[in-house]
Amino acid sequence: MFPNKYKIKNAVTSTLLHIFLMAVATTCLFPLFWMIRSSLMTNDTVFIDKSLIPRSIHFENFYLAWTQGGFGMYFLNTVIYTVSVVFGIVLVSSLAAYAFSRLKFPGRNFFFYMFLAAMMIPLPGAFVPLYVLMNKLHLANTRIGYILCMINVGLSLSIYMLKTFFDKMPLALEDAARMDGCSKLGIWLHVALPLARPAIAVIVIFNTLNVWNEYILAMLLLNDQSLMPLQRGLMVFQGSHSVDYPLLMAGLSITVAPVILVYLFMQKHIIKGLSAGAITG
Amino acid sequence: MSKAIAKRLSGEELKEIFGNYLFILPAVLIFVLFYIYPFFEIFNLSLHEWNGISLARQFVGFDNFKEIINDKVWWMSIWHAGYITLIALTFQNALAFALALSCDRDIRMRKFYRVIFYIPPVLSEVVVGLIWQWILNSGMQNGEPIGLLNYFLTQVHLNHLVHAWLSDPKTALTCIAIVHSWKGFGWGFIILLAGLQTIDRELYEAARVDGASSFSVFKNVTVPMMIPVFVMVMILTILGSMQVFVLVLSMVGQGLVYHTEVPVTRILASMTGMSRFGYACAQGIVFGGILMASSFLLNKISKKVKQE
Repeated sequence: MFPNKYKIKNAVTSTLLHIFLMAVATTCLFPLFWMIRSSLMTNDTVFIDKSLIPRSIHFENFYLAWTQGGFGMYFLNTVIYTVSVVFGIVLVSSLAAYAFSRLKFPGRNFFFYMFLAAMMIPLPGAFVPLYVLMNKLHLANTRIGYILCMINVGLSLSIYMLKTFFDKMPLALEDAARMDGCSKLGIWLHVALPLARPAIAVIVIFNTLNVWNEYILAMLLLNDQSLMPLQRGLMVFQGSHSVDYPLLMAGLSITVAPVILVYLFMQKHIIKGLSAGAITG
Repeated sequence: MSKAIAKRLSGEELKEIFGNYLFILPAVLIFVLFYIYPFFEIFNLSLHEWNGISLARQFVGFDNFKEIINDKVWWMSIWHAGYITLIALTFQNALAFALALSCDRDIRMRKFYRVIFYIPPVLSEVVVGLIWQWILNSGMQNGEPIGLLNYFLTQVHLNHLVHAWLSDPKTALTCIAIVHSWKGFGWGFIILLAGLQTIDRELYEAARVDGASSFSVFKNVTVPMMIPVFVMVMILTILGSMQVFVLVLSMVGQGLVYHTEVPVTRILASMTGMSRFGYACAQGIVFGGILMASSFLLNKISKKVKQE
């Protein structure tokens, strides 16, 4: 039997499509591969040796970047900032979202729309007065100042997401808890929060990536090297050791590795969250 | 006695309302301090001449805004950002849509592609900029190019194309725009693919049964159904690309005076470089206005297109 025309045509199109998709996938991955490859070379070979796998491999670059390059310190700072900001956002936004969804008080809609409006209005120069304010409050160049600013950055969207989630949640469980004499705070903690786990997961993932990758506020607010997160540390390192590519690439790999790991573990949630946002928004 | 009950009740009610406010208090406090206050303060500061340190601010009315009208470097920076945005709107979004169409069919490894394409968007602009800056490096050692791109060009005997990509003002901005698109297309891909997948498969089949060609199905079913998604992707692309600046800092730094300036680097320069906080705020307001106007305009146009 000869394969029919339709089948051949289909096989050709899907081969061509795979070539196209593969080519694009390669351009996505190759720069990362090149970064890791360059991080394993020495200053003498990195400019000359262009082979894909370098002849001699120097893992000590990672040790040097971590200790002398300061990336160990930057890494620790980034972890501190990411954990505190994400915890803060979940705590503060879930309290507020619960109130907007379930509790009654005058001005409820006003306050909710205030948070919503912030998502709609782009204000690119707002960092100027923010910088002035932080200096006035003596919060510039402090960990707590940077953490509070970053909590504010993630607040609106998280409140919005959690409020829509709470709105869809059945009241029965909360009513039962109230009958048992549970306080409002208790219901929020023991009933609403556990049920909202899927929404909280999305908020945690997106804000983790966002804080890990943040640069502008870290640049404006933090001057002490001992307070800087990775993104800022990378720019400082590049500014002072502009030709030490192996160590810079090692620092980049240290910065990227957790992001890629979180992404690969959580990609289902991330892509689902993005897609859902696209269709409803 | 009934009066007393009413009073006690209202007291309890008050207490309850007060308790409810406590739930939103932390969020409102943070938000008012770090968002609302700067929001209003930017308008106030824009009417002043102030170096950011001294206690006295000089009220100058709309002088800062008048100065912006004649600030050539500022309008050039807007044009630069517009250029980057134009490339993102065309090249990046066309690529994203082509990839989304390719994956919106029964094709093997669809999930694999989806995971890979979204890797560049999860990286930071600092990381992306520094990696590409290394690949595009135009330095030479012993007559051999250091950067991967130039090295590759010599290997395939295209020596005439070897170029100082990031230090030549003519190519630097285009390189930034292309790297920006590299970072962004995966995001457009995910959103557009999600949009494509909401289209009812029966519509396609019905059109096929009626004998419509693939192209006419695409033109008459896919595109009209996708218009709302296109508009959203375009607006978000504009807002994101116009405000690009970390990529500029990490790829070329302050090396190319004025040739790769974008609005946000100008605002930063007014603020930290020239210590003119009022002028920086005025620039921010003008830029915010431009962003709002362009997304509003796009929305209007798309509604007109829809009606026709």
